[in-house]
Amino acid sequence: MSAHAIDASENAAPAARDRRPGLARLTKVELRKMVDTRSGFWLQLAVLGLTVLAVVITVLAGHDDDKTFRHVISNALQPAGILLPVVGILLVSSEWSQRTALVSFALVPERPRLLVAKLCAGVVLALVATVVAVALAALGTALASTDAPNVWSLPLGLLGQDVVYVVTAMVIGIGFGAALQSSAPAIVLYFALPVALAALGSIHALHGVIDWINSAEALEPLTTTVMSGHEWAQGLVALALWMGVPLAIGLWRLTRRDVG
Amino acid sequence: MIEAEKLTKRFGGRAVVDDVTFRCEPGTVTGFLGPNGAGKTTTMRMICGFSTPDAGRAGVLGGEYRRLPNPGRRVGVLLDASAQHGGRRGREALAISAQTMGVEEKRVDDLLGLVGLDRAAARKRVRQYSLGMRQRLGIANALIGEPEVLILDEPANGLDPEGMRWMRGLLRDFAERGGTVLLSSHLLHEVDAIADRLVIIGSGKIVAEGSKEELLSDAGTLVRADDGEALGRALAGAGLEAREAEGGGFLVDAEPRAVGVAAQGGGVALVHLAPAGDAGLEQLFFDLTTDNGEEGKR
Repeated sequence: MSAHAIDASENAAPAARDRRPGLARLTKVELRKMVDTRSGFWLQLAVLGLTVLAVVITVLAGHDDDKTFRHVISNALQPAGILLPVVGILLVSSEWSQRTALVSFALVPERPRLLVAKLCAGVVLALVATVVAVALAALGTALASTDAPNVWSLPLGLLGQDVVYVVTAMVIGIGFGAALQSSAPAIVLYFALPVALAALGSIHALHGVIDWINSAEALEPLTTTVMSGHEWAQGLVALALWMGVPLAIGLWRLTRRDVG
Repeated sequence: MIEAEKLTKRFGGRAVVDDVTFRCEPGTVTGFLGPNGAGKTTTMRMICGFSTPDAGRAGVLGGEYRRLPNPGRRVGVLLDASAQHGGRRGREALAISAQTMGVEEKRVDDLLGLVGLDRAAARKRVRQYSLGMRQRLGIANALIGEPEVLILDEPANGLDPEGMRWMRGLLRDFAERGGTVLLSSHLLHEVDAIADRLVIIGSGKIVAEGSKEELLSDAGTLVRADDGEALGRALAGAGLEAREAEGGGFLVDAEPRAVGVAAQGGGVALVHLAPAGDAGLEQLFFDLTTDNGEEGKR
């Protein structure tokens, strides 16, 4: 048995040992956790593959009017918008379903910090995914080289909305994972709730309300048009609801519940 | 150092841990022994801040576990060997812990060697690991931060006899360097092989505590005669408390000398008279197991 493998007490300066892990380090660890499992790895690869596919299909099969940069981006972002929340859900729920919380919380007993690190990691991954999608869309648009007018026109506001679309999708996913602490119910609810709300929206009396709380409806314009003030108001209310409520429940359960 | 002071935890009105007090000093390996459902896991989780006590307090290194800024560098914890992501490679699981607590990743390879997981095993996903391999991975995980205290829940579960001898060496070495070890088990022979102090828990209460020698000397006397009935009468006549022992004879709560005198008084010829030793400890533990059998697992 090698001597330095177990060094009790005497060694290592106490100051360095007792330094609390910083948020930047914890974020890096959470980013790593998103890609180093088999499911995480394949999910990222699926996002990349589907993004490429979305660009290729838009460029090959689309109408000439569809081959504008802003339109290709809109399509290229859909795989990330749909699948990254699942990555977010798994990042949190797997701590329970795979029981790694017993290891994670032993190393970081302040559990809210761990959730913040997961949110930071989620935002970083969402930004990376957006950049990749935009780059692929640019490549696709260039290769398609149509002579439609304003091929390359992209309002800055719309690009901003694209970023908001992917980042908030990720955050909502993390919220669902944190609130439900279980992978399958979180994924099912994440996809089923908007459908259920849309169904409710067909009830005449509820129609006006649903526009404000259904994320799918309220956020739909994010990647397609520069949103009006009214649309922003609806979008922000829906986002506050969809991000805020699950995260609040998640935080509450995280701090109250005994882990075991 | 690990301290539990009047620790109590209730689930649904029933106290699963009831007024538990013990200490683990540096330089010792303490075995936390008790049948399944006795409250070992709950106690250990309270010590590590995973679960909040309803009464009492638990401390590590003189303070609460949750107050440690970077706990991995002070306390190595293995609460459940199966608590690893099945889709992650063994080495990667350790690398994540190392990165979290700010330890160089090359230490991970040293530790894999130390716990006997070779390169091929380290590359495998944890899902493919046997329980014994998971235990080794969990122990490596606990040791990454070069801690002073180790808290291990059922670490010998799933290890073969060779693995148990290895763990004994590892933990003893750790204790000799001034470390403190608390490990739990529901099997007497496991704790017997590894620990030098015992804390025995049954139905949430501490029933015995001390070094193995102390516990053995308190274990009473094992006595056998060909005429068991006459021996029973003689012991009762002398006012000695005796119970039938596993495998014949009586376990008497007295010194061998007193038992011999009682037998002589009753005119009974003995075939065995000795301190109960291991048999007494086994009996004590056996009584606990049967008392708590109906409560089942945690």
